[in-house]
Amino acid sequence: MGRTLYDKLWDSHLVKQNSDGSSLIYIDRHVIHEVTSPQAFEGLRLAGRAPWRLDTNIATPDHNISTDKAERGAGVAGMTDEVSRIQVQTLDDNCDLYGIKEFKINEMGQGIVHVMGPELGATMPGMTVVCGDSHTATHGALACLAHGIGTSEVEHVLATQCLVAKKMKNMRVTVNGTLGAGVTPKDVVLAIIGKIGTAGGNEHAIEFAGSVFRDMSIEGRMTVCNMAIEAGARVGMVAVDQKTIDYCEGRQFVPKGEMFEQAVDYWNTLTSDADALFDTEVTLQADDIAPQVTWGTSPEMVAPVTASVPTLDEQSSEERRKGLERALEYMGLEGGQAINSIKVDRVFIGSCTNSRIEDMRAAAAIARGRQVASSVKQVLVVPGSQMVKAQAEAEGLDKIFIDAGMDWREPGCSMCLAMNADKLGAGEHCASTSNRNFEGRQGNGGRTHLMSPAMAAAAAVAGHIVDVREFVGGDQ
Amino acid sequence: MKAFTTHRGLVSPMDRANVDTDMIIPKQFLKSIKRSGFGPNLFDELRYLDEGQPGADCSNRPINTEFPLNFPRYKGASILLARKNFGCGSSREHAPWALEDYGFNAIIAPSYADIFYNNCFKNGLLPVILSEEQVDTLFDEMEAQEGYQLAIDLHTQTVSTDTGHVFHFELDEFRKECLLQGLDEIGLTLQHADQIKAYEADRAQQHPWVFGAIK
Repeated sequence: MGRTLYDKLWDSHLVKQNSDGSSLIYIDRHVIHEVTSPQAFEGLRLAGRAPWRLDTNIATPDHNISTDKAERGAGVAGMTDEVSRIQVQTLDDNCDLYGIKEFKINEMGQGIVHVMGPELGATMPGMTVVCGDSHTATHGALACLAHGIGTSEVEHVLATQCLVAKKMKNMRVTVNGTLGAGVTPKDVVLAIIGKIGTAGGNEHAIEFAGSVFRDMSIEGRMTVCNMAIEAGARVGMVAVDQKTIDYCEGRQFVPKGEMFEQAVDYWNTLTSDADALFDTEVTLQADDIAPQVTWGTSPEMVAPVTASVPTLDEQSSEERRKGLERALEYMGLEGGQAINSIKVDRVFIGSCTNSRIEDMRAAAAIARGRQVASSVKQVLVVPGSQMVKAQAEAEGLDKIFIDAGMDWREPGCSMCLAMNADKLGAGEHCASTSNRNFEGRQGNGGRTHLMSPAMAAAAAVAGHIVDVREFVGGDQ
Repeated sequence: MKAFTTHRGLVSPMDRANVDTDMIIPKQFLKSIKRSGFGPNLFDELRYLDEGQPGADCSNRPINTEFPLNFPRYKGASILLARKNFGCGSSREHAPWALEDYGFNAIIAPSYADIFYNNCFKNGLLPVILSEEQVDTLFDEMEAQEGYQLAIDLHTQTVSTDTGHVFHFELDEFRKECLLQGLDEIGLTLQHADQIKAYEADRAQQHPWVFGAIK
């Protein structure tokens, strides 16, 4: 019987199969940031241990740093939030102490961990990649076995280069057909989450397959894999094809010359065999997917922009009715209200889901020659990394955003999780390109609507949620 | 790591599905570089009426009296009774740290998100999985009786009520053993250091680009 991509990645990293059903799995790449690592380094020291291998680790601060140009210019010492400053300083100190490669706060290469790893070529096809962050599945777009871990496991990987793991089940999500104009990778993954639910992928590794993903850019595949966790799956993956190899070639940490050719020969084997069996199969049609918007407090509370907020009497169970009632109350919405009638107070374009150069270009194509609606208090455009920022500025995208009345910021996680000063006020609605619309996620009492970069830019211009297909064509 | 063998304690409810880790411990508390002290901020946005700040004293903050954890009858609870997909979202281990620091030794729910479930075992916190029907039964009994307690035995993998129910639960053998003995997992893995080194040597031959690139 054939093997899935996940089976192949698992088999090639198996160090030891234990009799109790657990396994020891080797970790090729460990990505570290300031929030989930200090306790792991401390644990290492308390136990008198040292990192197993240094050339596997790559670190950068991203979660709680300021995106404000003036504050960022002052470096770590100039961080105004003292608790955050200590955390970023602790990352610097730990990396310096052990000799771990870190891209420091304002260094070229710094960025959101899941933007930085692939763009530097630190993550390559066939690797196991872990990070103390649930959106690590992003790296699976390069046919990696990548998933988030807790801080105890960060310490475990630092100390042993391995994890104790149990093999997951295989799920394949197939989307065939061609996406319509204005329909993006973000809409595809939101539609998938809407179909299988926020727990639909629990205990599974998901492979995204079908013509939609083959036709999609690598950055688009990253957006999709990034949100596998929002469907409950720790792991999301896309098989290797020529696009994967072209993406990797020439990046900083990718081998060159003969070793690159050797790597490519191996990478080309990283696809599921035709006769491989999946425990769970899910299928969607591209034609059925319209631009998506979340209206509630879980990513599964999602609908096409053309639809209305669900009503209580449509619910199939008491539990669903209670959940809907609570979500509507928190969001300040009425059942049956048209989604495109929801006004937005702030807009956030950024996060590990949607802050790469293609995302910036998609948002700029809508912003070009237009103005942010006067009712919108703030539009944050936060590039995912120093490299994305530099590229966007070279293309003049920053000027397009600024001319439209938007804020062009420094790279970081920003208002996706609002650990820094970028946050929503209570009751404010936000059109956001991030990944979670949980209660309070973007600020205490804040109301998040997840959508694509083009949709968020369109909402900024319109002052309310709007179908981006009304804007398609870009320039006015 | 703290071991878990048996536990008997007061039960308190978290009666909603898909409780995410942002709800368990909001982001502003993740700035701490410590592992302890998160208990006062567990479910911060639900427990208090104001916005919590890291390092601030919680003893004089306005309490949300409608949130069950604040009901006098649930004071001192050590078992949290919850609904499906508990702990979804962010991988933050601060969530089990906060639950443990508050005083919980075990959670009972029909299902958990994968990363949260895994994180619990690293912290001596037992996440018990029972069926939806069994969880419904426990919710009904708990609501009907003030001071409702449950007994959990990890050896026999059972949850027992004083009314005579004995519910069996499943968990992986290796997780059970680590928790029963409070084992240091890193120490256990390091016992296989030779096998890890042998794997690395073999892999470096086959896939040399995985090694040495990052300096």
